[in-house]
Amino acid sequence: MIATGLLRRLGMAAATLFGVAVVVFVLLRVAPGDPIAMMISPGASPQDIAELRARYGLDLPLFSQFGIWLAGILRGDFGTSISLHRDVLGLLAERLPATLELAIAACLVAVAVGGGAAIAGTLMRRRLGEAALDGAIGLMLAVPDFIWALAFVLIFGVLWPVLPLSGRMDPSVSVPFVTHFYLLESLITFRFAIAGDIIAHMVMPIMALALPLAAIISRILKSALSEAMVQDYVLIARVKGLSEIWLVAGEALRNVIGPTLALTGVQFTFLIGGTVIIERIFAYPGIGNMGIEAVINRDLPLIQGLVLVFGALFILVNLAIDLAVAAFNPRLRHG
Amino acid sequence: MAEAALAKAEPASPERRDRGVLRAVLAEPKVVFGGSFILLLIAVALSAPMIAPHDPLEQDLMSGTLPPHGFAGASPDFLFGTDDLGRDVLSRLIFGSRIALTVAFVAASLAALLGTLLGLLAGYFGKMTDIVVSRLIEIWMAFPPVLLSILVVAIMGSGVGSVIAAIAIIDWTRFARVVRAETMAQAQADYVTAARTLGFGRMTILFREILPNVAPLLLGLVTLEMGIAVIVEAILSFVGLSVSSDTPTWGGMIAQGRQIIYQAWWVFALPLVALFATVLAFNQLGDGLRRALDPVMQR
Repeated sequence: MIATGLLRRLGMAAATLFGVAVVVFVLLRVAPGDPIAMMISPGASPQDIAELRARYGLDLPLFSQFGIWLAGILRGDFGTSISLHRDVLGLLAERLPATLELAIAACLVAVAVGGGAAIAGTLMRRRLGEAALDGAIGLMLAVPDFIWALAFVLIFGVLWPVLPLSGRMDPSVSVPFVTHFYLLESLITFRFAIAGDIIAHMVMPIMALALPLAAIISRILKSALSEAMVQDYVLIARVKGLSEIWLVAGEALRNVIGPTLALTGVQFTFLIGGTVIIERIFAYPGIGNMGIEAVINRDLPLIQGLVLVFGALFILVNLAIDLAVAAFNPRLRHG
Repeated sequence: MAEAALAKAEPASPERRDRGVLRAVLAEPKVVFGGSFILLLIAVALSAPMIAPHDPLEQDLMSGTLPPHGFAGASPDFLFGTDDLGRDVLSRLIFGSRIALTVAFVAASLAALLGTLLGLLAGYFGKMTDIVVSRLIEIWMAFPPVLLSILVVAIMGSGVGSVIAAIAIIDWTRFARVVRAETMAQAQADYVTAARTLGFGRMTILFREILPNVAPLLLGLVTLEMGIAVIVEAILSFVGLSVSSDTPTWGGMIAQGRQIIYQAWWVFALPLVALFATVLAFNQLGDGLRRALDPVMQR
């Protein structure tokens, strides 16, 4: 049963990804403006232009271009970047780890902050602390990541300069890395000074991405918790003399975590989309920042590759959430 | 018809019902707070040439990067200071509200129109229509919205029109998802069965009977979308893709302020505050409207 369901989901995911590929390809091909015009010198002859056009396959009919591109992807060949003159797959492999580290760290922070706020709010029911916390959550919810990021730039980058404003690590530090997961690698190899520097560079982008998500998690989790707190199983646990913290964080939380995850799931994918502008603001070398450059430079192969990677990330996150929801649902687990 | 859901709880004449809805809306503090700010901003945008103390484009290199009033070296002529080209920050903020509000109202309305239409059709007709619209929504959701909007503007060329088109093309899914689900629920209601028995056509039922019942839900969503549109415009201006640099926009000012943030933080901070207040106001207004008009949340 579960296996066929999963297969069906994978099939749907593949169809969606194919749709993303078609949309981005058509969108880019109907675009006015010639990508070749960006890369030739003013004195280029018509032969030079035709030669370049042929090299990037831009002289073929649209349908064949799409077929060639798709066949290439299935072989692991994403084409060559027009502006950076490099293999697209290699560029993606270099930049994706930076974005993944940022997005995953932001998710973890959002879950910790949002979950913590929900539990604290439930413990402080009908007290002043709850109202203050609700106000803070309301503000976090109303303000988007873009404004948070710029406010942090102003406050912690300029007025009270305690955090680095841009990049992934101090440019004066040159340490050889084996992978592109710099944070993970420096932690595993116990190079904590470097890890600290990388984390300092990530604090502002992480907070900007995490705050709105934390607010949503907190809202939904808190309302689920307050409903659970009047259920019989909590009353029984209370009669048994269990502590209030255990009632909330143990009994109630365990029962509402699945539904909360289902309700907040789509928000995690919004966080991935948010990395694009946040990376731009902090000059963080991930795929989002590279995507903006690629669009500005009309680098068609790179844009196509990047959009596909984002689409794949989106679909994988959705799939992971569905699996997690099923895992947390006792009825599905035992059924 | 729009208040049918509310009327169930309180059967009354249409006039009384309308007044009841209005009172419920105005009793929501979020609506009053957010609404007043937006009304004020509309007044500022409309009267910009009259109230702006300076020409927003007038450069005066002799009085560049003057700080706002109250800081050392400020000039009484420039309440909020000047940027590096000596342009008055206050006047640029005032004129910037015009682009922000234009984009907010037009783009949100277009996104709502497109999304509502597709949502209604998918929710009511089901079958192939629903499959096609649902797949489209799924595909659209898999695009990172900021990258897609930048792509659309890059393709169409800079300008307010492209920004508006980009927002409508990307954000219609927000409306389509909600309207589709709501239409499915409404299509099962007794009044739809009654209308069908009376021999009403399918389009009549959809647009005259179901749409008015979905509309209250839309009002809150559109207002929230306006806040999102203001942000998207600012993001596109920040990346340098929105309108030409001759027209003052908050996002453009922020991008310019980012370059000179160490010399003149106010060029960065003040438009950021304007953006923050506007987004917050739209958000509160939309949230309040949704609470006041949603019969489920009222219970």
